Formats: sequence, C-alpha cells, structure tokens
Amino acid sequence: MENHLTVKLGEKKDRKGPVIFSEYKRGDAIRKALSMSREDILFELKDSKLKGRGGAGFPTSTKWMLTAAAKAEKKFIICNADEGEPGTFKDRVLLMEYPELVFDGMVVGGYTIGAQLGIVYLRGEYEYLLKPLEDYLEEMRKDNLLGKNILGKEGFDFDIEIVLGSGAYVCGEETALIESLEGHRGEPRNRPPYPINTGFLGRPTSVNNVETLAAVSHIVVKGGKWFAKYGTDKSSGSKLFSVSGDCERPGVYELPWGTKVSELLELVGAKNAKAVQIGGASGHCIPKSQFDRTLAYEDIPTGGSVMIFNENRDMLKVLKNFMEFFVDESCGQCTPCRIGNVKLLEGVEMIEKGNYTFAHINKLKDLGRTMQLASKCGLGQSSPNPFISILENFKDEIFNRGNGGRNGR
Amino acid sequence: MEDKKSLRAPVSQKPHVIPKPEHPEYLGGSITVEINEKKLTVPFGTTILEACKQAQIHIPTLCHHEDLCVAGVCRVCVVEVEGMRTLQASCAFPITAPIKIKTTSNAVRKARKHIIDLLISEHYGECYSCFRNNNCELQSLAKEYGVDHYNFGHVTQPRYEVDNSSYSVVRDMDKCVLCKRCVRTCIDLQEVGVLEAIDRGHNTHIGTFLEKPLAEVICINCGQCINRCPTGALRANDPRDEIWAAIDDPTKHVIIQTAPSPRAAIGEEFGQGPGKSFTGELNTALRRIGFDKVFDTNFAADLTIIEEGTELILRLYKDLVKKEKVALPQFTSCSPGWVKYLEHFYPEYIDHLSSAKSPQQMFGALIKTFYAQKAGIDPANIVSVALMPCSAKKFECNRPEMNSSGYKDVDYGLTTRELAQMIKEAGIFLPEMPQSHFDDPFGEASGAGLIFGATGGVMEAALRSVIEFVTGKRVEDVYANADITPVRGFEGIRYAEIPITEVGPVPKLLQHLIPDWNWLKGATLKIAVAHGTANAKKVMEDIKAGGKFSECHFIEFMACPGGCLGGGGQPIPTNEEIRKKRAEAIYNEDKSLPVRKSHENRHVTELYEMFLTDGPCGHISHKLLHTHYVKRGKYIA
Amino acid sequence: MLVVEKNALSEEIESYVEKYGNDRSALLMILHEIQKKHRHISEFAQQEVARLLNIHPVEVYSVISFFAFLNTNPKGRNLVRICQTISCDMKGKKQVVEAIERELGIKIGETTKDNKFTVEYANCLGLCDMGPAMAINDQVFVNLTPEKAVELLAKVK
Ligand SMILES: Cc1cc2nc3c(=O)[nH]c(=O)nc-3n(C[C@H](O)[C@H](O)[C@H](O)COP(=O)(O)O)c2cc1C
Ligand code: SF4
Ligand code: SF4
Ligand code: SF4
Ligand code: SF4
Ligand code: FES
Ligand code: FES
Repeated sequence: MENHLTVKLGEKKDRKGPVIFSEYKRGDAIRKALSMSREDILFELKDSKLKGRGGAGFPTSTKWMLTAAAKAEKKFIICNADEGEPGTFKDRVLLMEYPELVFDGMVVGGYTIGAQLGIVYLRGEYEYLLKPLEDYLEEMRKDNLLGKNILGKEGFDFDIEIVLGSGAYVCGEETALIESLEGHRGEPRNRPPYPINTGFLGRPTSVNNVETLAAVSHIVVKGGKWFAKYGTDKSSGSKLFSVSGDCERPGVYELPWGTKVSELLELVGAKNAKAVQIGGASGHCIPKSQFDRTLAYEDIPTGGSVMIFNENRDMLKVLKNFMEFFVDESCGQCTPCRIGNVKLLEGVEMIEKGNYTFAHINKLKDLGRTMQLASKCGLGQSSPNPFISILENFKDEIFNRGNGGRNGR
Repeated sequence: MEDKKSLRAPVSQKPHVIPKPEHPEYLGGSITVEINEKKLTVPFGTTILEACKQAQIHIPTLCHHEDLCVAGVCRVCVVEVEGMRTLQASCAFPITAPIKIKTTSNAVRKARKHIIDLLISEHYGECYSCFRNNNCELQSLAKEYGVDHYNFGHVTQPRYEVDNSSYSVVRDMDKCVLCKRCVRTCIDLQEVGVLEAIDRGHNTHIGTFLEKPLAEVICINCGQCINRCPTGALRANDPRDEIWAAIDDPTKHVIIQTAPSPRAAIGEEFGQGPGKSFTGELNTALRRIGFDKVFDTNFAADLTIIEEGTELILRLYKDLVKKEKVALPQFTSCSPGWVKYLEHFYPEYIDHLSSAKSPQQMFGALIKTFYAQKAGIDPANIVSVALMPCSAKKFECNRPEMNSSGYKDVDYGLTTRELAQMIKEAGIFLPEMPQSHFDDPFGEASGAGLIFGATGGVMEAALRSVIEFVTGKRVEDVYANADITPVRGFEGIRYAEIPITEVGPVPKLLQHLIPDWNWLKGATLKIAVAHGTANAKKVMEDIKAGGKFSECHFIEFMACPGGCLGGGGQPIPTNEEIRKKRAEAIYNEDKSLPVRKSHENRHVTELYEMFLTDGPCGHISHKLLHTHYVKRGKYIA
Repeated sequence: MLVVEKNALSEEIESYVEKYGNDRSALLMILHEIQKKHRHISEFAQQEVARLLNIHPVEVYSVISFFAFLNTNPKGRNLVRICQTISCDMKGKKQVVEAIERELGIKIGETTKDNKFTVEYANCLGLCDMGPAMAINDQVFVNLTPEKAVELLAKVK
C-alpha cells in the first residue's frame, strides 16, 4: 500500500453518487449562471431546499439572499475548507478530486451575492493541497472562469484567493474564521450582527462549506427540483459521509438524506458495531439499539462524520479522546467552554480511575447542559454532547468496568 | 461600520453595534420588548443589558465595562430570549426585534451559578490576603449567588508567577478571570498595546510580548488596566510598608504632598459618594497618622504654570520674533504616563515636551533643598512621599534623572487607594476628621494648581496666567468667574483659539526675559487638550501629517481618560459618571478659593524672591525644576 | 542576531508585506511564510511584522500563540505530526508513536539532539479513513504501521 499521499488534482477515484458525484463538466455552472438573473439563481436554490453542509444546516438560499440584499460596495464569499471535525474528510476529497465543483460554486455564489472576491480558508493540515489548488485557479484565470468580465459577462469581475489556516479547529466556526482572516486570534464573535451584514472587514460575507458549494454547482446546472428529488422532505438532496473506524470499507460515501444508520453500516461493511458517533466529536453517540434511526435533519442532523466502534472498543476511552480534543481546541475566551471542558475531562479521568461519585458525575452532566446553553459558540455548545450521550447510552459498560470493585462509590 | 484602521482591538471585542438611530422617536427607531413580562420601549440597537438597566432589573456582569467595548466572554450576564435555542449574553446582544426576555429563569440562574463556580474553581487567591477584599467583582458575584463551597474543586497551586518588575503595576495572573478588560483598556482605550491574551483554551492567560516582565515592555504605567480589572489580578506596586517604617523611624522627617485628585476621590474609599473633596479632613488625618509635614502639591502646580508658561512665551518669542527653529507646539509634561508614551511612540518629538518637571517632582526637588535649608533638616533624613492619583508617578519618581536635589527627589509615590488603606489601618474614619490647613512655608495654593486634576485643567491654569501676563487684563473680565470653559469638558480632544488683542504691562517676574512684548499683539494663541493616550495618538498623528494641531502653540496631554482624576491610582470602580463627579468636586473647590491664579500665589512669588532668584526658567530653576527626556522607541529588546 | 541577518530578515518580511499587503488581514499568510522558511517566528521577526502592519508586537505574539502550527522557538529541521484523534487511535497510533519514540530516542513533543526531528501530536488530519496518519512537514503519510513509519523517517534528510 502506498503510504505517501500524493495529489493529482482533479483525478477522480471511482465514486458513485446521485448528486455530488454525478456527471459535471468544469465551467458548466458558471456558464449557466451567467445566463441567468441573480433572482433566478436564488429561486433555483430555494427550490432545491439546500441546507448548509457545514453542520449548522442553515438554508443556503436564505443566506445568499440576505447577503445579496445587504447594501455594500464590497462583499465576500468564503469557502470554509477548515474541515477540522474529527472523522471528517469529505471536503478534502472534494477539493482533491472535484475542485471544479467547489470553485464553480464559489463563482456562482460571487455572482449571486455580488461579491468581487472569494476566499478559500484551507486548513493548515491540507497545506499539500495549496500549490495544486493555486495552479488550478491559475488555469481557471487563463480560461476566463476567473478574472475580469468572466466568460464575457460585462462587469462581472471575480477572483479567488486561498488563505491557509494554522491548526485551530475553532477557526471552522464562521466568525472565528473571519477573525483569523482579519489577522486576529480565531475567537468567535458575538452574534448578532451576523457575517451576512458584518463579515470579513466589516462587509457582508457569505461563509459556505465546501460541500455546499459543490452542491450549488450541480443545482445551477440541473435545477433545484432535480436536487430536491433526492432525500426527504426537510432534508433535500444527498450528503457526503466520511466513514472511519471499525469497518471494512472506510471512505467517503454519497447517500441520499434519509438513509438509515444500519443501511450505512451495511454498505461500509461494519460487522459488529456497537456504537456510531455521528457528527464528529461534537456529535452524538448512538448505541446499537438506535441503529434504525435515519440520517436526516428530521432525526440525526450531521455534517457527515461517521465513526464506527465495534464490540471491543472501550467507550470511556473514546469519550476521553473526544474531551481531550475539546480541551485542546477550545479558543478559551468564554468561561463555560474554557473551564467546563476541563472539568468534564477530569470527570472522565475520575471514572477511569474509579474514584468518582455519581453525585459528582450528575453535577458534571448538569454543567454540560449549562455549557450547551451558555457557551459563546458552537464548540462549547456541543462539546458536552459526547459526554452526555456516551455516559447515558453506555452507562452499563462504563460504570461496571473492572476497577477492583471501587466503582460508583 | 467604523474605519477599519481604527479597529485595533480584536474585532470580536469591538461593539459591532448596530448603530443607534439618531431619532428613536421616528417610525422604526424604537422597539418594544418584553422583559420578565414587563413591556419596555427602547431605541433600536440597545443591548439587552442596557434595556434591563432602564427597567431597573439587575443583571450580573463581569467582563462588561462601561468605558470599554463589548467582549461577551464571561457569560455571567446570560438571559433567555424566547425562541432562541441558547442563552444570550445580555451585554452583547443588540435588540433589533420585539423580543421577549427572561432574566431569572431556572436555566439562567443555573448557568450563572455554574459559571461563577467554574471561575472560582480556578481562582488561586484568598480574599483576606487580597487588596480587593470587599471591592472585588468576583467576590461579590460569589456572594450574590450564595457560593458556599467549591462545587467543582479548587486549585491548590499557583499557575503563574507574580510579575512585580514594574514600579507601577503588579500582575498576579492567578487571580485573573480572563475578562480581558485590561486588554481592551490597554489596546483600545489607551492604544499602548502591552497586554493580550496568550495561548488558547485552558492555557489562555493575559501576557506581554513573549511573556517579558512588564518593566521591559512598553507599558506607560498609566494603571488604567488596574482601575478596570474586576479582581485583584492587577494592582499597583504598594509602598505602604516602607512608608510606615519611615514614619516609625524617629530619625526620619516624613513629608507628604497631596495632589488635588486624590482629595476629590478618597472619600469614595470611605463609602462616600463621588463628588466631594476631603482636603481639610485629609490634612488632619495625615498628621494623625504621623506625617511630619503636609504640603499641597498645588503649590508646585502653580510653580509649574509659571515655569511652563514662561517656557512657552520664550519659545513663541524665538519662533515669531527671532525666527529661530524651536519645537512648537509645546507639550505639557506633567503626566508621566503621557511622557513615557511619547518617548516610546513618538521619540522624535521629545523636544516638544516642556522641560518643566511635573508638580510632584518640582516639589520633591524643593523639599530636599529649599525646605531642608529653611527648616534646618539634613535632606538625607527627609522622606518625601507624594499622594497621587497615579500609578505612573511611582515610575516617575524612580527615573534616574529625578535627583536634582542630590537625593532621590521624591521617595515614594503613594496612590489614593493605598493612602486610604493607611488611614484605615490607623483606625481613622476620614469623613469625620476635623479640617485643618496645609503646613508652611508653602501654605495654601491657588485654584489654578487645583484644577490640574481635571482634563483641560493645566491649560486653563496656564491661560489664567498667560492672559493676565500679556494682556494686562484680568481674566475675570475676559471669562466670567475666570472659568475658561472652552477648555473644560470630557470630549476626548478639544481645540480653542485665544486671540491676543492687546499687550499690557508685563509683570516684574518676566520683564527681564524679553525686551519688548508688542509682537504678541494681534497673535492668536492656538491650543488643544487631549486626554487618554488614544486621543493623544490622534493628535500626534495629525501633527505628523501637518494637520490643524501642528499649528497649535500649546497642547495639554494627559495619559488617563478624564485627566488625573481618572488616574490609575484612584478608587475603583471608575466610569464616566464618577469621573464627572470628581471633576465637579475639583471645580467647586477651585471656585471656593480666594486665590485662583498661579502668579497670584504669594508663596510662589516669595519663592522666586528668596530662592529661585534668577526667575522663571533661570539657572537655579533649570537645575531644580526642569528635566530632560529619553528617546525610548518601540523596539522591545 | 547580527545586523546583516536582521537586515536580511527585514527585507524578507517587507517582501511578504508587498505580496500580501500591509493590512492586518495579511498577518496570517505573512506568519505562514516566515514559519515555513525559518521554522519559527523569532522575536525580531515578530516586531518587524508588527511594525510593518502597524500593530503591537504583543498582538502578533498573541496570534502566534493561538495557532498550533506557529511557534516562536525553533523546532527541529523536520516536523513530524502524528494524529492522536480517535479513528487513528483505534487503528494503532499508539504502536506507531512508540516505534518512533524508540527509534529516535525521544518522547513525543521533543526534538532530537541533532535537531533533525521534532515529533508532536496533532488533532485529526482529515485522513481518518486511512489511519494511522502522520504528517512530515507539509507531506502526509497514511495507513502506517510501526515499521513503515520508521522506514519513512529514515528516508527524510
Ligand atoms: C467549532 C465549529 C467548527 C466548525 N467547523 C466547520 C468546518 O470545519 N467546516 C465548515 O464548513 N463549517 C464548520 N462549522 C460551521 C460554520 O460555522 C458555518 O456554519 C458553516 O461554514 C456555514 O456553511 P454552510 O452554511 O455551507 O454549512 C463549524 C462550526 C463550529 C461551531
Ligand atoms: S464556546 Fe469555546 S470555542 Fe466557542 S467561544 Fe467559547 S471558549 Fe471559544
Ligand atoms: S481577587 Fe477577589 S475573589 Fe480573588 S482573592 Fe481577591 S478579593 Fe478574593
Ligand atoms: S499600565 Fe497602562 S500601558 Fe501599562 S499595561 Fe496597564 S493600561 Fe497598558
Ligand atoms: S487581569 Fe484583570 S482585567 Fe485583565 S483579564 Fe484578568 S481579571 Fe480581567
Ligand atoms: S458581562 Fe456579558 S458576557 Fe461578560
Ligand atoms: S482521526 Fe486521524 S486523521 Fe482523522
């Protein structure tokens, strides 16, 4: 097996999927979009009922409409390629194999909201993609898919820059991302006001996930109705799932929303799974008894990370790994998250050592609920999720571990 | 949206406010919200916290400070907004829709308690050994929420070393709650930029450039960060022990000079509302504590006016008549925070600074020379203490050039807070003290010296003398009650033009300096006042660009917002309202004084007759009362 | 630092400022360039950046300290980052780390005596389907075994 991951940008593995991985030719979406009015593009998006794929699930048409409506000389569209959620790698695959979808989507976005500049915020861990992507952009410029009067459209000037992140998960949060783009610490802002009004450099800014932009390219070419054919009522289209952990075929899968967890597990060859963490470290942990639940905004919304744990895994260790991640990655500005995560981690360590009381663990769960409510950004608001869901769903295993009979005193 | 260039603080800490409408009474300018079922109409963009204040609903806060932009980081102020999944920080939430707010729901109370518990679990420090005991926002929050045990454990080891490298500010980060008020103060309010959050997550702490000791970075010692810190994490370098030792030592003659601003604020330390001066009471208290003599810094302020005013006239003369190259505008030099700011940030302008020392240092030099002689005391046995509103004064008296008496001119700078502490230790309740006068030979000073304490005061004091010197008219005939109102107020930068229509008989004191004074006739004196170094920076940038302020003749700069009365050694808390009250106290005291112009202070004229015999800006005065400055620059070695 | 070195560094930073602009929003990319070339951002470099962007040195330091990939002290010539997050952990990260520690004679977080390697943990590298994963400088390596990892390090100059 080759160990060195080499990048040949645009070279596609054999991937199949109804929407994202369906047929597409570079520039198609741009060509089509430029022949449409901005309103018509927004209508198509509205028909598609596309929701942001970065995790929050905000309707993309609304975001773009508001940004388009904001009055300002300059606007920005930002592609959020900071993909840092543990267990997520679908944005990397899109950028490596399908850059045309992402960049075309950005150009369409720029055209729709009236931005002159698109910025790709590429996580520092993907630095090896920087040069190939920049070369790719250069080619787009040569073909007038970027630059002045794009494809002859008078007055539509748009270009894309890539800025490299530097190893901070929280910078995936859109306002932290903007802060760091502005040369500050990546600390999330107070909201309101939202980036659609006061974003990068104080201008209206639309921040979109890589996958969202890729979906836009398809929607513009094939229509919103076509997209909405897939998935469920509230969760239209398909979703990329990054599957890792105990299964035979880890990797990126495109599945329509509404797929059952058990179906996915079967597809990837997860034979004796006892738990699935959905939505990354900040997501929820689901035990076997709930494998018939569906992946959809109606049931389990997710940014696409699926981590599978088999019968032999120690769920407390899993939880500890997650909490260590949050302690590492909290930006540290707000009290509940800065100190709260440390307390939760200490709680896990207490259980590990067997010197805990249920009273204290319950106090920590309560603290977790405060963190969910009172933290400033999504990181602290979701970091207690694994603590609460793993301790709840796997309490038998966790509190009955052999510790020389010192449990639960 | 503000101009991007002025956004020096992290944007997340900027207000990001939705601009409030100019006419809230117009349609759409106001919004009706419901707070705890009570309806209230507020202007669009009002924060929930402000609205609650209007509705007289108390919301606990920690990172919020009226002088500073929004942070929204402590989360103590959270409230419930109907329809929102999470709780919202009321200090950071601008109202733009008719929302319903609940301020005391179960989730809110629980969250606040949790947050306080968390802060306390990491707080290394004991209230009884802390200068903020009984005046600490963390402590009062703990009390308010009935914290009676450590819910989430408690640290037993300090995480950080105390930094007491600086003469002025001591940093004890184990008591820090990371509210970032100091960061916002230093970067935003003062634009000095010494403190920032370092590292991230649980390792986040407030630090300096590469964690260097405060004395080695470009801190200007203004102490504004101390005044805004909610806890004991920042404090002034306290000389009380040394001063008590001197008082207890029978061989030492311990003198204290008191500046006007502490007198106008010290009552606050004794539970009195701001806005009343306790000058007479303080004199008595100081004597009871054991100070041998109590002098009025205003005497030296009057002296400063004469020296600095003379220097200005000489500069103008050289410029206008002799056509020599001189540095104009002349900058005031009595605020040591401002002086250090200029030395660091605009070193090429240090010759614009008046060479006259600050009142504190002038007085120091005189006490160990003139007074020592007169009283027949060996200056080596004099311990000279200065009661100041200011933490930078501690640094100033330790500047190596400040020893023109042959000794350290001023031994200790003592802040208002520290003196209040000494008075309490002596078992004295200041407000109940009988009043008494200052000691001779300096006696009571003029109101001009007194108003140095407020922004614009030095300028007004100088003008009261300059106008009389050159025009021969009484100030009262030009400005009612000698209140030169154009330079008063709290606006960050003020500018005024004073036309000189006539030149009258020049007072004896100055006659020898310039043969003919008529060149001043028809001239227009252009002056400006700036307080807070952020405003000073604006003026300096304008001067650099050759703007309006470069044509000024004289500019008063004060490092602290509000001037000395808002100094870094003043009682905590501080905000604009308190500063205004203190200013009122000072202006009222000025009004009540018989002598209100520096040159009419009889003790000053006597001093020139008896001691500084070659007059203002003469040789003796130059040796004792003037100083020089250092081009420090910004590079941190 | 010698004056010539200082001048060269100033010139270098000036060229980055030329490329990315003198607005604060250029900070992250400028720091990247310096970090990439010098493997750390020195005290002098930080002050130069501050001067050229007209911000305070402590702000530059504050930003550097925030980001895991920026540092103020020099590290080894090659930076090895091993993913410590759960998917890689389950695929045998521990064995890989132990092999590397044994082979290089250092613990994670340390630098070899010859200054050739600094070994660190990283959080999820986005290669979870191919774990255990590690990065050597800006290149990434996947599906590691203890032997493979050591072999790869041996090839590094
Ligand atoms: C801690 C945190 C990390 C996040 N990381 C990412 C990320 O890596 N990629 C992403 O697209 N969105 C991320 N988000 C969500 C973004 O804030 C934002 O909602 C998203 O980029 C919007 O794009 P979308 O509407 O296309 O989903 C993160 C949010 C939080 C709170
Ligand atoms: S929740 Fe955590 S990551 Fe988000 S602002 Fe607060 S400390 Fe920072
Ligand atoms: S800072 Fe406040 S809470 Fe902490 S020890 Fe001092 S008084 Fe007590
Ligand atoms: S004393 Fe003034 S300059 Fe020094 S750190 Fe505090 S606010 Fe900044
Ligand atoms: S030192 Fe004081 S003002 Fe600064 S962050 Fe800490 S508690 Fe707040
Ligand atoms: S006072 Fe509102 S968050 Fe701190
Ligand atoms: S868990 Fe190791 S790369 Fe994602």
